[in-house]
Amino acid sequence: MNRLTYAVAAVTLLGGAAIAQNTRLTGNVKIDGSSTVFPITEAVAEEFKKEAPRVNVTVGISGTGGGFKRFGVGETDLSNASRPIKKTEHDACVSNRIEYIEIPVAFDGLSIVVHPKNTWCSTITLDEIKKIFTDGSTVTKWSDVRPEWPARPIKIYAPGTDSGTFDYFKEVVVGDKGAVRADMQVSEDDNVLVRGVTGDEGAIGFFGCAYYFENQSKLKVLKVDAGKGGVEPTPETIENGTYAPFSRPLFIYVNKKSAARPEVKGFVEFYLKHAAELAAEVGYVALPSEIYARASANFKAGKTGTQYMDEKGEKISGPVTKVYK
Amino acid sequence: MSVAANPSSHILSGIGRPRARITRRFFETMLGGTLALSASISVVTTFAIILILAQETWVFFQSPEVSLSEFFFTKTWAPLLGHEKHFGVWPLVAGTMWVAGVAALVAIPLGLVVAIYLSEYAPRRVRAVLKPMLEVLAGVPTVVYGFFALTAITPTLQRLIPGVESYNALSAGLAVGIMCIPIVCSLSEDALQAVPRSLREGAYAVGSTRFDVSVKVVLPAALSGVVASFLLAIARAVGETMIVALAAGGMAQLTMDPRQSVQTITGYMVQIYLGDTAGLGVEHSSTYAVAMVLFAMTLALTLLGHFILVRFREVYE
Repeated sequence: MNRLTYAVAAVTLLGGAAIAQNTRLTGNVKIDGSSTVFPITEAVAEEFKKEAPRVNVTVGISGTGGGFKRFGVGETDLSNASRPIKKTEHDACVSNRIEYIEIPVAFDGLSIVVHPKNTWCSTITLDEIKKIFTDGSTVTKWSDVRPEWPARPIKIYAPGTDSGTFDYFKEVVVGDKGAVRADMQVSEDDNVLVRGVTGDEGAIGFFGCAYYFENQSKLKVLKVDAGKGGVEPTPETIENGTYAPFSRPLFIYVNKKSAARPEVKGFVEFYLKHAAELAAEVGYVALPSEIYARASANFKAGKTGTQYMDEKGEKISGPVTKVYK
Repeated sequence: MSVAANPSSHILSGIGRPRARITRRFFETMLGGTLALSASISVVTTFAIILILAQETWVFFQSPEVSLSEFFFTKTWAPLLGHEKHFGVWPLVAGTMWVAGVAALVAIPLGLVVAIYLSEYAPRRVRAVLKPMLEVLAGVPTVVYGFFALTAITPTLQRLIPGVESYNALSAGLAVGIMCIPIVCSLSEDALQAVPRSLREGAYAVGSTRFDVSVKVVLPAALSGVVASFLLAIARAVGETMIVALAAGGMAQLTMDPRQSVQTITGYMVQIYLGDTAGLGVEHSSTYAVAMVLFAMTLALTLLGHFILVRFREVYE
């Protein structure tokens, strides 16, 4: 309830000027993609609905890859993505003559969680995570990870292979060419994973931090030690980059042709204006304001293409403040 | 209009009114045609489904990553994760069997007992209440059973039995079983009701109790219909999708332990299509191959049911 009140207050304060012009908008805005970005987009859509009651915004959760498949054939106006667009997806857009505008909307941390009754484990090193998740792993019990841990079976819950969260985790843990083990419970729906971990004392799972923040009472989050001591994911550690390597920016991709439609344009402008507050409310971390300013400028100028790939199609990586211009 | 034509038409109309007869014949033909067309829709659809399944299954086995022998003679199903893709269908078949097996253990005894009660024991008034209630059970959407399994059955099982996972074969099987009770019950009851009254009266006449009559006379006489109802219910359980997608889990594994999670054939198909709307590639065509296996399983059960119904039917005049 509190959240909602804040949201309403924020919108009334900041969006007051825009209300007059948005009320007249009609039409549909079709969105699909990452279930990690979903809570932000959904929150934006709800607030937008109050301003523009005659615009119908639908938000699906097919996973980042699933979303881009639809986006690349022009089925959707916006695609939620928890990682930058890949070369294959970019090529699909090019061959279908779809130009897109890339907009980062928030930071997310990737939380590694266990059952609250798990008393033995509170910090995990990156090497141990690799040991558990790499393909061919022989880890079946907690004691296989660290000998002093109990010989309890370890049950792994992971996002589906179409999700950006999975791609991101895979890139960090086993690298682009590596593979993650096959004997895990997988689901594109993060709520399924939350339920899985909360129901099993030997469970371990990972998903976007927002789902952890939402379910803090039912889960225990692990501190991640990447060589400089254990760090817990909090809004601060995610934003300042100390929660490495599991923090990342989230994006929306806008079809340029769709952006010419007033209802889509109105929605994206509204999104950019309120992304910072709404992202924080649903458990994510706002980007620095300069990034939102750059994104707004890019959207206004209709700057298409991704900034996470060079002309040769090679991936560019690094903090969003450096890469996104 | 000529005068000469008038008398003839007058005579004809006196006999049988030609216009009306022509119209009637026209409508009869039209009606027959329409009905035949409606009937043929289901046949055509069935064949179209088989054709598409066969075609895409062919595509699947053409791809270099799979072979027929891998599909049938290896036991790892991991098309999405890991270095190499594995397409051994048995974990999915085993998952399907687990769920259908548990469901059968619930639905068959319960359904049969209720059917015997309704047909042989229940007073008219009880029957008038109970039967519609069972039909309501049959009308509950399966997604509701899925949530029931997830939020009621699984937590209860976890309290009663140690080691039950959040998603498991047992819970999904129990929910599917409850869903199948009305199928067993309703079809079995029809079969029991069809047994002629004279048989019951004859049995009573030689001093049988009601239990003897129900179990030793009526049930054997209706056996073919009862067994057919079992097989249809199992076929339904094998193909059930929503409950297993919600409650059985998302990991294909060969396990002898129903407390663990399993993935059924239908569950796998849901997993692929949920994340993958414009699907391409071998993972996508694999869904058709497993669907073909599922189709073969349900077809075999249905045919067996039909065979039993025809072969062992007791006909009474």
